[in-house]
Amino acid sequence: MGRYLIRRLLWVLLLVVLITLFTFIIFFVMPPTDPSILFAGRAPNPRLIAQVKESLGLDQPAPIQYLLFLKRLFVGDEYGWPGFGFSFLTRSPIKPVLLERAVVTFQLALGAAVLWLVLGVGIGIISALNRGKIADRAAMGFALLGVSAPVFWLGLMALWIFWQQLEILPGTGYVAISDDPSQWFMHFILPWFVLALLFAAFYARMVRSNLLETLNEDYIRTARAKGLSERKVIFRHALRSSLTPVVSLFGVDFGTLLGGAIITETVFNLPGLGTYVVRAVGNGDLPVILAVVVFAGLGVTIMSLVIDVLYAFLDPRVKYA
Amino acid sequence: MTVSVRERERPAGSPGSTPLLRLEGVKKHFPITRGVIFQKKIGQVHAVDGIDLEVYPGETLGLVGETGCGKSTLARLIMKVYDATEGRLFFEGEEYTAYGRRKMRPLRREMQMIFQDPYASLNPRKTIGSIIADPFRIHHTVPKGDVKKNVQELMELVGLNPEHYNRYPHEFSGGQRQRVGVARALALRPKLIVCDEPVSALDVSIQAQIINLLEKLQREFGLTYIFIAHDLSVVKHVSNRVAVMYLGKIVEMATGPTLYRNPKHPYTGALLSAVPIADPDLASHKKRIVLEGDVPSPIDPPSGCRFHPRCPNAQFPRCREEEPVLRPHHPGQVAACHFPLEDRAVLDLEPTA
Amino acid sequence: MSSSTHGRSGAVGEPLLRVRDLKVHFDTPDGVVKAVNGVSFDIYQGETLGVVGESGSGKSVTFLTVMGLIRSKDARLEGEVIFDGQDLLTLPDEELRHLRGKRIGMVFQDAMTSLHPFYTVGQQIVEGIRAHEKMPKKEAWDRAVDMLQTVGIPKPAERARQYPHEFSGGMRQRAMIAMALALNPDLLIADEPTTALDVTVQSQILELIDRLKQEFRTAVVLITHDLGVVAEYCDHINVMYAAKIAESGNTRDIYYGAHHPYTWGLLQSIPRLESEVQDLKPIKGQPPSLIFVPPGCSFHPRCPYVMDICRTKEPELQSPDGVHASACHLALSEKERIFREEVLQRA
Repeated sequence: MGRYLIRRLLWVLLLVVLITLFTFIIFFVMPPTDPSILFAGRAPNPRLIAQVKESLGLDQPAPIQYLLFLKRLFVGDEYGWPGFGFSFLTRSPIKPVLLERAVVTFQLALGAAVLWLVLGVGIGIISALNRGKIADRAAMGFALLGVSAPVFWLGLMALWIFWQQLEILPGTGYVAISDDPSQWFMHFILPWFVLALLFAAFYARMVRSNLLETLNEDYIRTARAKGLSERKVIFRHALRSSLTPVVSLFGVDFGTLLGGAIITETVFNLPGLGTYVVRAVGNGDLPVILAVVVFAGLGVTIMSLVIDVLYAFLDPRVKYA
Repeated sequence: MTVSVRERERPAGSPGSTPLLRLEGVKKHFPITRGVIFQKKIGQVHAVDGIDLEVYPGETLGLVGETGCGKSTLARLIMKVYDATEGRLFFEGEEYTAYGRRKMRPLRREMQMIFQDPYASLNPRKTIGSIIADPFRIHHTVPKGDVKKNVQELMELVGLNPEHYNRYPHEFSGGQRQRVGVARALALRPKLIVCDEPVSALDVSIQAQIINLLEKLQREFGLTYIFIAHDLSVVKHVSNRVAVMYLGKIVEMATGPTLYRNPKHPYTGALLSAVPIADPDLASHKKRIVLEGDVPSPIDPPSGCRFHPRCPNAQFPRCREEEPVLRPHHPGQVAACHFPLEDRAVLDLEPTA
Repeated sequence: MSSSTHGRSGAVGEPLLRVRDLKVHFDTPDGVVKAVNGVSFDIYQGETLGVVGESGSGKSVTFLTVMGLIRSKDARLEGEVIFDGQDLLTLPDEELRHLRGKRIGMVFQDAMTSLHPFYTVGQQIVEGIRAHEKMPKKEAWDRAVDMLQTVGIPKPAERARQYPHEFSGGMRQRAMIAMALALNPDLLIADEPTTALDVTVQSQILELIDRLKQEFRTAVVLITHDLGVVAEYCDHINVMYAAKIAESGNTRDIYYGAHHPYTWGLLQSIPRLESEVQDLKPIKGQPPSLIFVPPGCSFHPRCPYVMDICRTKEPELQSPDGVHASACHLALSEKERIFREEVLQRA
């Protein structure tokens, strides 16, 4: 296992570096509005532009810029470790902002995750056990809706219904839990549900089909032949096998969300990584983009690793050299 | 170490003295690797570990053995699906051990294979007419206009209705699908057909049909068969000579009747003893040779005689230290054992006429 | 084994299981699949009943129904399955569950897929035990290890903590047998227990079942397509064809005096290890579809001795002596003659 972990961690590193490289390349290959112009104020003259360019470090050739970026990232810069540098837009260090926003995104992702797991798996099980009946059809209808409805539409509809019309929930925006727990919760309800719905629908379908398939396996027949109660057969035998792939998928889904749920955050005006990076892209704010990309990349690859290791404990047939 | 060819009895149905197929010291080892970045070889699977074999034109050579004995790997080595790790292979005197794809092409017309699983060996998206026509298309042996006619002729030969040309495999039963496999193998009129467990997946009453078909075709077209199976009764019935494999080596080879009346190798004896006989009285006269444990893994074969850990006859230290070579016994029989069985060790009975 | 008043070799006392006119029909989009179509037989204590048939004969479905494992909503069951005075077909599943595993045990063909891959073998055996008997975990575990030893698995305590994929094929099957016998059932049903195994391992497993049958005094049903296996290990045999019993009798009756053309066909079509048979005589044609079963005798399209009546009237399972029965319109003397003159030559 140790050898496997080392190998995987090396891959994590390599992948994150590659991601940043691609981001860099895209940034420099895209028809640019030269960021130095953008950040030089309203009526820049060539001298000012050149000054800005130098202060942003854009006067160096691209490969050098990239290597400098990597060096700062791994070694640290004047703002600390890891070295994310400063934002082109605000000229202030990225790291503290990144962490603040990461917390918001994390809260969003975690709440949604709990919700979609409970809903998705629950509905999937109920569906599978009542195959063909009303409960199943309704559940799958819901699943179809969840998978098809665009997140922004759901978000806007939810806001319109619960905030504008019914006035039972507050509107967009974020309230820190330390400031006002109940408001924090109220502000997060809609984003959690809206984000969770898509995943819940997807997971419900997956759990249903996995469970139905597992129920046809020979070892289920053996369990029944032993005289086990149907409850034991379903929960101890069937679910145990059919949920294992769900764990895998969850890892990837959650890991991806850690990098920012762009649409949900935008609709609900949450100051998370999603909105951070969208603004940066619009502004050509390369250091912010890179920082979020590193964060997101780490999120996905490390979650993926965690899940794979967990898998070895769930499925005794899996062995890592 | 080869046993002289001349010492073996000429099997029934072989006109000449040149073997159709000859294997010399053939081995196939599959590496097992592990490593962090670079893969290091830490062991090998000794699937086939030194086989010398001659197959004569017109005969059926049976190959029998259990899981891990290497018979399927050997079949694939002969067909050059795998390349041998060591050893040489000859077809009609021509060495094809190192042949690449291009040079193998003409040879491939002479050697064909029939597979075990009639459900998996036919492409479900192709009609059976197309499946049987494939060999013609690949080797261009028949002008395009004549393909259909040839295919239908083949279908009739194997007992299929030629009008089912355009049907798909799933519309046929297991036995019929196996007939398709036979037709496909026969298309290029090969000299040698390797049958890898051709009837194991079929119902009992259908097995007999396919066995009879294979025998009929052999007579009609002068085919040579290598017949691989784990069912000794079937192998004995179709074969002139039978080779028993254990852990990648041939431990005994003899003509059918000799093998079954007077097996010399204890493993052969155990196999014979284990085969259930559909005759209660005779079955009760069978001597039981029950082996301990399971078939060992070919990754780490035992020292000396590979069979020694399970052998009821083994005597130490010789069996553990010295690997036995194939020695002649009855006419046409060779066995590799230091302490071979007595005559009539298992089936102590006179064969009925 | 003692021959009893029934004339059935191996049988002792009253029948353990009586099946009367069992029918299992499945509604499918292609039609009604008559998987079991009127099957009646008895099983006695102490005997090994062999059930021989090819695919589609109904041999497996019959016993899955006995165990109550046919749960499809498209299945329609008819007939009686009397065990211990109760008709299992009318019993609610809750009560049937108490019999399954405790009074009737079942072993399946492929032990690799029949054991849960994520639980240890010990856990799976213990689970079966504790489902029926109130027992502390430790005691159940000891019993499980004990059973593993009984079935000949070396180092049973270690093995019990291992997972099915760490066992070899033969050992897995032994573990399944241990699991099925852990509660000392009255009846053990083995559905093709050795088909997936090497022949030397097959022999070990069959010997094991035979030995355990005597040790545990369990009746055994051996379902197989292998005529050799039933010849060596069974006392009484049911030959099934197209979802019905074609012939039934003591082992010697079947091999030395069969009364049904299908049985003759089987005996003549198998290669013989012990003799020099020149030609195999296969049964012509193919096993029938279970949706479109031929009228009259379902074997008639393939029967070399078919008569007019066979095409229209279904033969009943009849027995001249109460033990050996066959479902065929041929006269008894004809049956004996044909067997003597044609089948015996080859066998």
